[in-house]
Amino acid sequence: MTTTAVEVRDLTVAYKDKPVLWSVDMQAPSGALMAIVGPNGAGKTTLIKAILGLVRPLAGQALIYGKPYLKQRHLVAYVPQRSSVDWDFPTSVLDVVMMGRYGALGWLKRPGAAERRAALEALDKVGMVDFAERQIGQLSGGQQQRVFLARALVQNAEVYLMDEPFQGVDATTERAIVRLLQELRSQGKTVLVVHHDLQTVPEYFDWVMMLNVRRIACGPVREVFTEPNLRATYGGKIAFLNGNGVGEIQDGYRTALSQPVL
Amino acid sequence: MDIGQLFHNLFFDYTLRTVALGAAILGVVSGALGAFAVLRRQSLLGDAISHAALPGIVIAFLLTRSREPVVFLLGALAAGWAATLSIAAITRTTRIKDDSALGLVLSVFFGFGLMLLTFAQKLSDARQAGLDKFLFGQAATLLQSDVIAMATVGALALGTTLLFWKEFKLLTFDADYAASLGYPVRTLDILLTTLLVVAIVIGLQTVGVVLMSAMLVAPAAAARQWTNRLETMVGLSGLFGALAGVSGALISSAMEKTPTGPVIVLCISALVLVSLLFAPARGVVWRRLRDLRNQRRVRTAHLQP
Ligand SMILES: Nc1ncnc2c1ncn2[C@@H]1O[C@H](COP(=O)(O)OP(=O)(O)OP(=O)(O)O)[C@@H](O)[C@H]1O
Ligand SMILES: [Mg+2]
Repeated sequence: MTTTAVEVRDLTVAYKDKPVLWSVDMQAPSGALMAIVGPNGAGKTTLIKAILGLVRPLAGQALIYGKPYLKQRHLVAYVPQRSSVDWDFPTSVLDVVMMGRYGALGWLKRPGAAERRAALEALDKVGMVDFAERQIGQLSGGQQQRVFLARALVQNAEVYLMDEPFQGVDATTERAIVRLLQELRSQGKTVLVVHHDLQTVPEYFDWVMMLNVRRIACGPVREVFTEPNLRATYGGKIAFLNGNGVGEIQDGYRTALSQPVL
Repeated sequence: MDIGQLFHNLFFDYTLRTVALGAAILGVVSGALGAFAVLRRQSLLGDAISHAALPGIVIAFLLTRSREPVVFLLGALAAGWAATLSIAAITRTTRIKDDSALGLVLSVFFGFGLMLLTFAQKLSDARQAGLDKFLFGQAATLLQSDVIAMATVGALALGTTLLFWKEFKLLTFDADYAASLGYPVRTLDILLTTLLVVAIVIGLQTVGVVLMSAMLVAPAAAARQWTNRLETMVGLSGLFGALAGVSGALISSAMEKTPTGPVIVLCISALVLVSLLFAPARGVVWRRLRDLRNQRRVRTAHLQP
């Protein structure tokens, strides 16, 4: 039996008076590469923020390896949605990646040679070493995304929570990132990824969480990534061509699936 | 008065030396901390805090009847804090957005301050205390002891900034990420905002509540043009602030009946203008020249068969 890396129990979150997550349960086993899917406004970002303790839930809790986030944060790395920061901020790529070491450094200590080395190594993994000294505003969207990824890698965590890491990334880079995530999984790390392209879910991920305010389904892709569940998640927004499970998608079905969601 | 005489006075004339020193200190501190405020998109907060300081100053006087600058500054500090808390409370508990909350707090506090000031001016000892100098500042009233107080408090504020440099940088760039790493973002936010309040309070006697926010925003806006590093930006911002402070003091002493505060603000505005136009890479002029050159290159490349 595998251990549970991330567990969410009966989580309810509301902004002001509007419930955004309603009694959500989720379990990600250790070593899972899990997609979190759902339409815009489904609460995917909110779910990740609640796991990280960035938003306070009305009820329920999130556990990392059986303990609250507060006790386990050294095990967790976060990749925020790219649009969440001001990219005109006066700092270099290397500087941003080194921020990933700030948690381990602790108060008042300055990043030094060791942090620099770790950051350059991570930048190498995402193919961005040549940009180390660039101002972060002078990068393309996909490059910015890779900088955020490198910043998470440098944390050397056990659990990775990523909010739309493929947003604005070209196909080649997307595959490179997926390989990186699969490499993390093969090292026994757990990776949760908010993902928008339903077409690639079966190819990239082995687990999936389908969310629309409530949890629709959560489990191995082969078992739960089915048309009825997709219909329940996205409502009438998707046109389905046939009723087979997504395990064996036909070509026409693929395009129908991917278009309206994007 | 000729330039040589002016510089002689800068070192040997008590009033001018005091004013110039005071203006330099105010420039350094507000420039450095203003840089953080600008990067955190809190320029308006600075404006609200400085306007809100007025009722604090008047109330502090009415309560103590003291003319000690320390008393005024403590009053300003308390009011600036109260304003910050009010803004946070309004945005958290109501549907009012933060820019409207800022505007609301600014006008309510400032209006209340003006009313109190009118009332206090009727008391004879208040007129002597010169409360109205806090509206537009009156650098000539600075004493050596004031400058020493400003320097001490300013050094403390800058020292704290240096001490928590890494934390403030992270907070400013990506607060959510800082929180995910375990940093107490709320506490850091309060600390940095408190330092901003301190920077504002230091400048009130010289520049006044109305123009003070310019000393926070303008040096930072100018400095941002010249660099892509936070360290350099904060340093330059402080330097620009000090430069504007000293030149403002010199210019207003050379011309009769020119108020120092507004002249300082004019000086920093000139620095902003120059930076916006001529800074390499980001300056309008260079960008325009580069565009023209690129256009010409593309055109000749197209003409080649
Ligand atoms: N800070 C906030 N204050 C108020 N409402 C919010 C806030 N953040 C999100 N919401 C609302 O909560 C709901 C869920 O938002 P969330 O960002 O979690 O969705 P999402 O699934 O990540 O969407 P997307 O695919 O667009 O990123 C949305 O309806 C959104 O409008
Ligand atoms: Mg989102």
